[in-house]
Amino acid sequence: MICGKKPDRLDGEEKPGRAVLILEDGSIFQGIGFGAVTETTGEVVFSTSMVGYPESLTDPSYYGQILTLTYPLIGNYGVPSYDERIFDVPVYFESIGIKVRGLVIQELCDVPSHYLSTRTLDEWLRSEGVPGIFGVDTRRLTKKLREKGVMLGILKVYREGEEPNLDDLLRRSRSIPDPNVEDLVEKVTIKEPIHYRLNGKKRVVLIDCGVKCGILRSLFKLKVDVVRVPYNFSADEILEYHPNGIIISNGPGDPKRCSDTIETVRELAYENMPMMGICLGNQILALAFGGDTYKLKYGHRSQNQPAYDLETGRCYITTQNHGYAVNPDSLKKTGLKIWFINANDKTVEGVRHLEKPAFAVQWHPEASPGPYDTEFLFQNFLEMLR
Amino acid sequence: MPKFEWIRKVLILGSGPIKIGEAAEFDYSGSQCLKAMREEGIETVLVNPNVATIQTDPRLAGKVYLLPVTPEYVEEVIKRERPDGILLGFGGQTALNCGVQLAKAGILEKYDVKVLGTPIKAIEETEDRESFRQAMIRAGIPIPKSRSAASVKEALEIAEDLGYPVIVRVAYTLGGKGSGVAHNRKELEEIVNRALVQSMISQVLVEEYIGHWKEVEYEVMRDYEDNCITVCNMENFDPMGVHTGDSIVVAPSQTLTNREYHILRSASIKVIRSLGIVGECNIQWALHPRSEDYRAIEVNARMSRSSALASKATGYPLAYIAAKLAIGYLLPELINKVTGVTTACFEPALDYIVVKIPRWDLRKFKNVDPHLGPQMKSIGEVMAIGRSFEETIQKAIRMLDIGKIGLVSNPDDEKPEPLEEVLDCLRNPTDERIFKIVKALKMGVPISEIYRLSGVDPWFLSKIKKIIDMEEKLKRLDLKGRDAAKIIREAKKLGFSDRQIGNCLRMDEMEIRRFRKKHGIIPVVKRIDTLAAEWPAITNYLYLTYHGEEDDIEFKPRKMKVIVLGAGVFRIGSSVEFDWSGVNTVWSLKKHGVDEAIMVNYNPETVSTDYDISDKLYFEELTLERILDIYEKEKPQGVIVNVGGQIPNNLALKLANSGVKLLGTPSRSIDLAEDRSKFSALLDRLGIPQPRWRKLTTIEDAERFADEIGYPVLVRPSYVLSGYAMRVAYSREELRDYLELAASVSAEHPVVISKFIEGAKEVEVDGVSDGEDTLIGAVIEHVEQAGVHSGDAVMSIPPQSLSKDVIETIEEYTRAIARALKIKGPFNIQYLVKNGTVSVIECNLRASRSMPYVSKTRGVNLIDISTAIILGKRLRDIGITSIPPPKHVGVKVPSFSFMRLSGADPVLGVEMLSTGEAACLGENFADALLKALQSVNFTIPNPGGTVLITAGGEKMKRSIIPIAESLERMGFKIYATENTAETLRRHGFKNVTVLHKVKEDKKPNILDYLLERKIDLVINIPTGNSQNMKIDPAVLEDEYMIRRLAVEFNIPILTTIELASALVRVLKYRMKKKITIRSLNEYMDRLPFKHW
Repeated sequence: MICGKKPDRLDGEEKPGRAVLILEDGSIFQGIGFGAVTETTGEVVFSTSMVGYPESLTDPSYYGQILTLTYPLIGNYGVPSYDERIFDVPVYFESIGIKVRGLVIQELCDVPSHYLSTRTLDEWLRSEGVPGIFGVDTRRLTKKLREKGVMLGILKVYREGEEPNLDDLLRRSRSIPDPNVEDLVEKVTIKEPIHYRLNGKKRVVLIDCGVKCGILRSLFKLKVDVVRVPYNFSADEILEYHPNGIIISNGPGDPKRCSDTIETVRELAYENMPMMGICLGNQILALAFGGDTYKLKYGHRSQNQPAYDLETGRCYITTQNHGYAVNPDSLKKTGLKIWFINANDKTVEGVRHLEKPAFAVQWHPEASPGPYDTEFLFQNFLEMLR
Repeated sequence: MPKFEWIRKVLILGSGPIKIGEAAEFDYSGSQCLKAMREEGIETVLVNPNVATIQTDPRLAGKVYLLPVTPEYVEEVIKRERPDGILLGFGGQTALNCGVQLAKAGILEKYDVKVLGTPIKAIEETEDRESFRQAMIRAGIPIPKSRSAASVKEALEIAEDLGYPVIVRVAYTLGGKGSGVAHNRKELEEIVNRALVQSMISQVLVEEYIGHWKEVEYEVMRDYEDNCITVCNMENFDPMGVHTGDSIVVAPSQTLTNREYHILRSASIKVIRSLGIVGECNIQWALHPRSEDYRAIEVNARMSRSSALASKATGYPLAYIAAKLAIGYLLPELINKVTGVTTACFEPALDYIVVKIPRWDLRKFKNVDPHLGPQMKSIGEVMAIGRSFEETIQKAIRMLDIGKIGLVSNPDDEKPEPLEEVLDCLRNPTDERIFKIVKALKMGVPISEIYRLSGVDPWFLSKIKKIIDMEEKLKRLDLKGRDAAKIIREAKKLGFSDRQIGNCLRMDEMEIRRFRKKHGIIPVVKRIDTLAAEWPAITNYLYLTYHGEEDDIEFKPRKMKVIVLGAGVFRIGSSVEFDWSGVNTVWSLKKHGVDEAIMVNYNPETVSTDYDISDKLYFEELTLERILDIYEKEKPQGVIVNVGGQIPNNLALKLANSGVKLLGTPSRSIDLAEDRSKFSALLDRLGIPQPRWRKLTTIEDAERFADEIGYPVLVRPSYVLSGYAMRVAYSREELRDYLELAASVSAEHPVVISKFIEGAKEVEVDGVSDGEDTLIGAVIEHVEQAGVHSGDAVMSIPPQSLSKDVIETIEEYTRAIARALKIKGPFNIQYLVKNGTVSVIECNLRASRSMPYVSKTRGVNLIDISTAIILGKRLRDIGITSIPPPKHVGVKVPSFSFMRLSGADPVLGVEMLSTGEAACLGENFADALLKALQSVNFTIPNPGGTVLITAGGEKMKRSIIPIAESLERMGFKIYATENTAETLRRHGFKNVTVLHKVKEDKKPNILDYLLERKIDLVINIPTGNSQNMKIDPAVLEDEYMIRRLAVEFNIPILTTIELASALVRVLKYRMKKKITIRSLNEYMDRLPFKHW
């Protein structure tokens, strides 16, 4: 189908009307609702990615967050089907189900055009109960977040015809629950291990802290067996699989909350297990070796982050989605050396252990969405497997 | 790795005169390159004869050589300057070709000049089709199936293999010159025949035709250490099949998924790596609309039109960074100048959408085919920025300055058209396809059908449909209704101008403006910052949108804040020369202490739209509405409207009437000069003669007046049904035919008839006045007689044939007019001279096309002086009221793009047809003209060569005789058509060979001789209509055929007696003397007086 369908509501279903996003500092952004007629709260963050909204919205790292996209035209190519899969992993999404709590955009495309599209963005959000707001000056919002740092917010989509109650929202905006105090990873990890049998010569255990399917797809390309385990699996449980190496995945929230995973990684490191950390996995690896992490003012969420290799002087364009970072000063005496830094703000983007077969990067070498320029890291990992 | 320390001095090659496919974007890239070098303390030498450019300013380049960009001349410059390195990537295909030739001839090696940036081998691989194919196959990049052919027979065999349709592409050419789609054997034969001639290496490529695939471009950079980034991707609205230069383009891509975007991005990086390009390249891709299948189409291993567009679209200074990479820097070592702190090794994130639309001028040309295909035909382009596609494309349409006020709601929109014609245009696109899409939608053609015919993605089509739906809504709107403000706001978000809304509501645009402001519907100013607000920007690159709640910037009151209106879109008659004026005005404003100089312009090919030229750049429409929007926010001390050519000039009165303070010449004076009756009265009062004229409202009156003053007459209707306006009518029949068929004459659309003086000299004056004193920049003499548009004429400073008396009269008239009009700023007056009598044609109270030529030839920057005047200084304060005569001669020659415009007749007339110009300085007229002709790619024939002479009419045939005699004496073998040969024989020529006309089946035939390149020069003087008799159409057709064939086979052709005799002077000079090679700096330094 070339043209998508107009947003349509079943009889009796509530139609979205006006919508309001309010931040904890009382800033109000009014617009038009789409998706589900409901209210949500979360940490309001922005991404400057110009493509890849189906991937971003299903990225478990966004769990607990209300996402603003700075690119103004969203939904242009509709939404593909979850049914297209490889080893039961969706091809066009990063997980099954939208992970953001709400979506803030300037313009919603109601007539998308793409041969893979099966529905509009509006229909997708509605079917998954996720609220969205469009018609927002997203640049104004982004500048606010840049200047003040990420903030908590309420996104409310009203029924058609319903007047927003701004006073009520303002009052409640002072006590929005902070998702980062919750164990977000617990909500997005798997409950039971999954074994992807590719009949590879090597086997990798993937610690799922809310893994993006892109990581799985990249591992499949390496032709290795993958065992995806919950984030709170112990080192012993993991070693039972006799893995040749470990991947610590991306995931949402404050890395320090993943104390079980940090402990597991510490033990695996003691075993000299080859390890690669991605995003949250980078932070967990640093914490496991005794390093520290901190929260960034507004994080890195985009497909254009320059990661500078301190060893070679090369600089790679990477996809990033993180609100926390590794403290460079904390790495002394951890055995970890800084491998990559962000060429813009000089934050730590990757670490490598001086003796042990372990490295990690703060970005997403699996891309999805974003550039594939650092896919070679998976190859590096493959070569490191024992 | 920092820069190479051994580089002390570099040579930069420019792109020469502006032509279709190679336009002002190379002034932008060259200027950025010069700036990048200067910052490093590297000495620069520039070769570029395009005098109208900003880069040929000695303040930008260390040394400027106004010389042809050819191996012979560049070698001379290398000999004199001995540069360490040469930069080939900033002067388009001209520079690239010249560089490759220099390398091949061993000249670079001989003088130890290193090629900086992309190596010659990589250039050759991207230029030669077969090597490119091999390189792509090696890199594992899919390309259209194809094979190269060196003959028609070979091409036919390949096409049989691949199956028709096939596309023929030409090696070593620019903008797809000579390319074409062949649907059958016959078409293929025709295309290949022509293409083989145009290819520098006589090679063409025959390949599978992938029309209607999505066309996507990437701008890619790479440094010496293999760091790669893609700065921008762009999607063509017009799918594969239409040359990208002729396509509407959006950035970033709109209909590509993440996977598609990044598959092509990765492939782009693979391509740049495998070719080993260092710096910048543009890669064009075809993407299958229903799969992830793709093909690499083309790589431009240099700055290109697309890269200029990408620079403006993203704010990433591609040319500047590419220049830094060429001298050794690595991407992560360079900073993003927009933020001032982040790295240049990143990929811009846009939070807006950009739409580019090409600007054609096809309808100016006789016989031209308006269809678009693989051969580029547009002259200029516009770029609009907004936050919805609808808003942006409507802005862009207005920017085209083709009389459209948007995609819909134009006065002539509802003109009925047969459905068949509309559908045909969707299938076989012309320059008007976008409007036919609108028409088709309005006629109820479903989007799916329009897609099937045109291949334009339904995403774009449904957006256009939204605009049409809004128009319907507006037409039914009652401004007093409850929802009115809401709907108007929606309309503004869809890019409707106040005029469009006014048209729908049958109201004046100012009423809509008032309504809008009352309801707080005003646009906001947003900033382009390369990072979508992730980092704060320190630059002021701005646009306006209705999709927003707050301005990105604060508007601080300043002691002196001035807005300069730029030139807008380039087309024939308005080009880079007006950008030169605009940029020089800004520079001069800053020099004179203005706190804030604000530029408003929307042309992505220009230097003025670089965000670091002015304090603030509004990349915006030059319309009354938008200027007022900006004016009301900025509250400047004034606006300068007289340096950007016709577009700002036309706004002057409207702006003044809306309360805008204009700086410089008062608006009343502009009115006085532009209103023919008022100006005429003024001349009468001053006792200055002018050709008789009258403004008339019926055809009968027009005829009566023409009879009264006698034919020929110059006809200027105010409304023309198609194409352009001016014509010379030699008889009542011609006048009637023209007015009845082409133009509309009524009280609303009067026609101006004036006496056309035959055989007159045309002279013009560029100057600056402060209202009292007048500085005459130069009296310029045209080589051709009046009747050839001043933009198409060869010009000389100083005059070559005018008497002292005549020059003094002209100067005296000029001063009188300037004083009477109280001109405060630049102006240009055109004169006719016949039998010692001087009369005035017209006066323009603005910077003229010839301003940079005059300024550089005289060593006096007229714009700098005029800016000082505009700011309140007097010529006497500046201390310059006259310029001593120069010792050298400056000759300006037009450059034409007839070859690109299939069918176009290269004959000159009152409508301007040239696309660009070159000017060279010399010791004398012949020395300068020789170099200037070579600069516009005119191959000077060698004595002993061959010339084909054909002249229409007895008088012309006779006047050609002295020229023929000179040529014969120089050893030229003379060919002629039957009648011309007859005349020549009668005058004693013994060795004239008759060539038979193209259509005759007799040998020897002109066609064969042209084809076999047995003719080195064609002198074809068209049959003038002055004999006042019916001319056999077959004769005219024959003449046209000769001219057209000469153009297509790239054989130099002259169509006027005056230029032919000037060429004879050049040939004689060249036999005796050596051409002088001297830089503009040296010429300027030799002047007794210089103001620069």
